[in-house]
Amino acid sequence: MNFTKGEELLALCQVHKRGIHAVMLRREMELTELSEMSLSAKLRVSLDVMQRAVERGLTQDKKSVSGLLGGDAKKVSEHAEKTKAVCGSLMSKAVSRSMAVLEVNATMGKVVAAPTAGSSGIVPGVLLTLAEEFMLDDDALLKGLMTAGAIGLIITRNATVAGAEGGCQAETGSAAAMAAAAVVELMGGTPAMALHAAAICLQNVLGLVCDPIAGLVEVPCQHRNALGAANALVSAEMALAGVTSVVPFDEVVEAMYRVGRALPCELRETALGGLAGTPTGQRIKGELA
Amino acid sequence: MKEYSLFDIVGPNMIGPSSSHTAGACRLGYVAHKLARGKIQEVAFSLHGSFAATYRGHGTDKALLGGVLGLLPDDESLRDAFRLAEERGVKHSFVLTDLGAEQHPNTVRITVTKGDQQRMTMLGSSIGGGNIRITEIDGFNLVFTGEYPTLIIPHIDKPGVVGQVTSILGQRAVNIAFMRVYREHKGKNACMIIETDGAIRDAVLQEIRGIQNVTNATLVSIN
Repeated sequence: MNFTKGEELLALCQVHKRGIHAVMLRREMELTELSEMSLSAKLRVSLDVMQRAVERGLTQDKKSVSGLLGGDAKKVSEHAEKTKAVCGSLMSKAVSRSMAVLEVNATMGKVVAAPTAGSSGIVPGVLLTLAEEFMLDDDALLKGLMTAGAIGLIITRNATVAGAEGGCQAETGSAAAMAAAAVVELMGGTPAMALHAAAICLQNVLGLVCDPIAGLVEVPCQHRNALGAANALVSAEMALAGVTSVVPFDEVVEAMYRVGRALPCELRETALGGLAGTPTGQRIKGELA
Repeated sequence: MKEYSLFDIVGPNMIGPSSSHTAGACRLGYVAHKLARGKIQEVAFSLHGSFAATYRGHGTDKALLGGVLGLLPDDESLRDAFRLAEERGVKHSFVLTDLGAEQHPNTVRITVTKGDQQRMTMLGSSIGGGNIRITEIDGFNLVFTGEYPTLIIPHIDKPGVVGQVTSILGQRAVNIAFMRVYREHKGKNACMIIETDGAIRDAVLQEIRGIQNVTNATLVSIN
């Protein structure tokens, strides 16, 4: 069982009357010749790394090597506890948790690249929050990671998830699309709805550039992970309500790739353009050198 | 095209912040650790391109050194690599260098001096997503990625040597995924790079080392 496009994935889901996560599991079992049990055990290790990263990021007060990051995830989370969160409890938690993982990443802590280190906050931030708010168990979360993996796989095969190749849209955009599809399936949506959510997510950030200050995975990466978490939840909400993407997922992926290739190299992780190229970005770069 | 696993997408589990500047750097160091085989006394890193420009902020130095000390990209001790090196009495130095425009931006030359004063030098690049490419060992140009268990077998370019190696692997049920043979001059120094599907036991390595005209055999396996 294999698929490289969203359309093929949907067809497999329809033929076997199963969710995206189940199709992804079958594919993985065939590819690796591992049993469902050993694959689940392996994925549980990844889930555990995600959980510990979120926990650590929300409690630690450590500054990153450059000093640019540290303590902001905790700030957002504490603010939401003290006052009513402007964007609601669920959204606020997902945002602070996504930020938390990026802080752990920037302080040389352990994360799961999902799909990349620079976008590693979005999938755990969204899924762990969803689990908490809707009391989903770890088995549900493993299914969510399978669904997320299927979406990431299609984007990797047909476009790119690397900021150096496709800009930030390819990194945090893909992570958000992965998380959005997982949310839809976990909340009882159909595979088709999950793909609509992923498509909407990617559309929302088409053209987003990769412009890290001093080339470090810190600024603006952390804020874009926060936005990615929000993007995933907003898109999932629409898709679950029956809102569809006019342009199908596969075509959006292709468009994302084309847009990425059209970006000048200054805006693809070279730390030359965008925020990295501002007077402040250049000053920080100089101070760190 | 490579078939991506779920764990290529939701993964790898790694120490941050960057798959290319941290995880990939650690893997490069780890290959040097495997190639050195034995107690390392001193290691020198020559950093090129983006490695030279941003190595501190990305922890590239700690990742490289940690790899040379035998740590893998998901080892939380990576950030304490300097302290570990001190404890083990491994001297280290980082030099910024220009290895030429044809080199990948994330390239490093690693020179290891062992207890017996023997030296090993390798050149490698971190080519994205934590993937690496080794392009030179001890002045010998070659290419491998470390994605598969890889045998590096320097030998003398004589008829039958390659055949003997592959038949030992065949007898031991080791499947060869990819294989390349490099040589400097006809009848002189040559090197086999054999990437395999499964694990290779030490006894198989010993057997290969025993073949006439095989100078050495090293297994590089990153897992």
